[in-house]
Amino acid sequence: MLGSGIIKGLAVTAKNFVGSYFVPERMVTEQYPEDRPKLPENYRSFPLLVSETAEDPMGTLRCVACQICEKECPPQCIYIEKSKDKKPDATGKMQLYPVVFAIDTSVCMSCGLCAELCPFDSIKMDQVFEVAATNRFAGLLLNREQLAKSNAYYHSIRPVEAAEVDARLAADRQAAEAKAKAAAAAKAAAAAAKAAAPAAQPAPAPVAEAPKPPSPAA
Amino acid sequence: MSASTDSFLERAPIEARDWLVQLLPAPLQWFTHHLITIGAILAVFGLFFAFTTVAERKLLGRLQNRLGPNRSGLPKFSALPWHLKHKLFGLTQPFADAVKALTKEDIVPAAADKLLHFLAPVLVVAFSLLTFAVLPFGRNMVPVDLDAGLLYFFAAGSATELTIFMAGWASRNKYSLLAAMRALAQVISYELPLLLSVVPVVLVAGTLSTNEIVTAQGGWSFGILPHWNIFTPWGFIGFLLFLVAALAECNRSPFDLPEAESELIAGHLTEYSGFKYALFFMAEYFGLTALSGLGVTLFLGGWQAPCDFLPFIPSYVWFMGKLVMMIVFFIWVRGTLLRLRIDQLTRLAWQFIVPLALINLGNAAFWALTASWAGPLQLVRLGVSLALVVGPFILLGRRLNIGRGPRTYRYATS
Repeated sequence: MLGSGIIKGLAVTAKNFVGSYFVPERMVTEQYPEDRPKLPENYRSFPLLVSETAEDPMGTLRCVACQICEKECPPQCIYIEKSKDKKPDATGKMQLYPVVFAIDTSVCMSCGLCAELCPFDSIKMDQVFEVAATNRFAGLLLNREQLAKSNAYYHSIRPVEAAEVDARLAADRQAAEAKAKAAAAAKAAAAAAKAAAPAAQPAPAPVAEAPKPPSPAA
Repeated sequence: MSASTDSFLERAPIEARDWLVQLLPAPLQWFTHHLITIGAILAVFGLFFAFTTVAERKLLGRLQNRLGPNRSGLPKFSALPWHLKHKLFGLTQPFADAVKALTKEDIVPAAADKLLHFLAPVLVVAFSLLTFAVLPFGRNMVPVDLDAGLLYFFAAGSATELTIFMAGWASRNKYSLLAAMRALAQVISYELPLLLSVVPVVLVAGTLSTNEIVTAQGGWSFGILPHWNIFTPWGFIGFLLFLVAALAECNRSPFDLPEAESELIAGHLTEYSGFKYALFFMAEYFGLTALSGLGVTLFLGGWQAPCDFLPFIPSYVWFMGKLVMMIVFFIWVRGTLLRLRIDQLTRLAWQFIVPLALINLGNAAFWALTASWAGPLQLVRLGVSLALVVGPFILLGRRLNIGRGPRTYRYATS
């Protein structure tokens, strides 16, 4: 009969109306400032620099100022100045560090290429989306201190990826330690051999060969 | 008038006005009397309009599983530590909207007819306010008790469509002009069914005065069944036809063709901004309120209480309550139905509503002629009247859809 469709439609909306008060799943609206959105792990906004500890972010930056990200960044928003001296990095190796590391977030397009190519797992993508500033030049140009976030924070936003990175870094560190130990042992053996056979002058060449076998295994 | 229906609350507004009027010298009394009435209508229905907009937005939200506006609260006085939590459910939204509309830039297109462009929003509000003059808001509370109140109502009410054409023409914008054409097509199609749906009431009540039509609907059968027109077969179908025609008259969804945001970028409103836009918006709601008020007056017993023991509640409360229910229903319909095409709109009017309304007129004539039937003849009367409603409705409804559906889609699957 004419009009039955209208009555069906009215019933549907009436059901919506009543349901919206009693069935929370119906409502898709997020009351944003009060209810924070739960972001998916792969959500990315702007880059951050991972530091090992939160207490000394500048001393424990993973970044070694290799400048790969600066060269690869498609909109060229990264600016890095290398240090003159060296500091031990995460694996204990002596490395340079960035004196200046700046990202212009007004230029950054959040592509995440920098985080993908960083060989030191130093630059990662943050999930901060409230980035409004009162000054569009200085306010949006983030420096080293603003970009540095602790590893714990990185774990809090991307637990899966961060655990993977940590495992890899720990393995590298172990390998480096084993290598150092082997080198030390070889050195000691060489010194002992030297002491035992002071007459054997042409010995250095085989001794230098000795630490090499463990290194490929590591 | 019995003493029980004449409680203090019932008389208070009228007596307050009369007391104020008699304070003044005689030459000013007539003028002040009407000025107070006008002021009261503007204040009450101005606020009513404000809260209708927020109710509409909140209801539409809920009908579509959204929240609707719930942010605007009190201005954030720093002395109030709890202001952040004090949002008042967004009830102050209309005032924020008003401030926004007032502070926006008023843009007049260079090619527009400046005078008409300015006059249209002014006149649309004026005409839609004129219609309030003959609505009986309560016992003895009709601003102007005209003998031909209904005629006056429709004369003033249909003039608003003229201003829509004015706005569309003066904007010198193709969308606005299309909207104006549609508004005219709509007014031609729906003014007739609107009048035809009202005529049976006039026929049975034997008067054009809105006040007397309400009085004629007084009284109750068995103390609980009021003698409202909607409870008669011809009144029921008349009310339905009135609802459809009223929706079309005030350009509301599903008959919002002149506005049609998605096709005509708001039609005649395209070239209006700031407060002029707000005036159109206001006029639209005033028109809706006035037509709802007319529907209440003609079919829902006006200010009459629904039961024998309820008249201790003042008559104007009953009127406003019924008015709110009508408006909520209109909002519900807006949240449910889709917009019609212009051909569907006119076909519905000419092939269904107009013939049905004409048959209904005969039905009402039968009802009026058989008013003296008593006893079992009353059942015959009811039966004949019902048959005159249901039969044509089904037959005409079937005819309306012949060869027009269900629609098949050649390219889209499912």
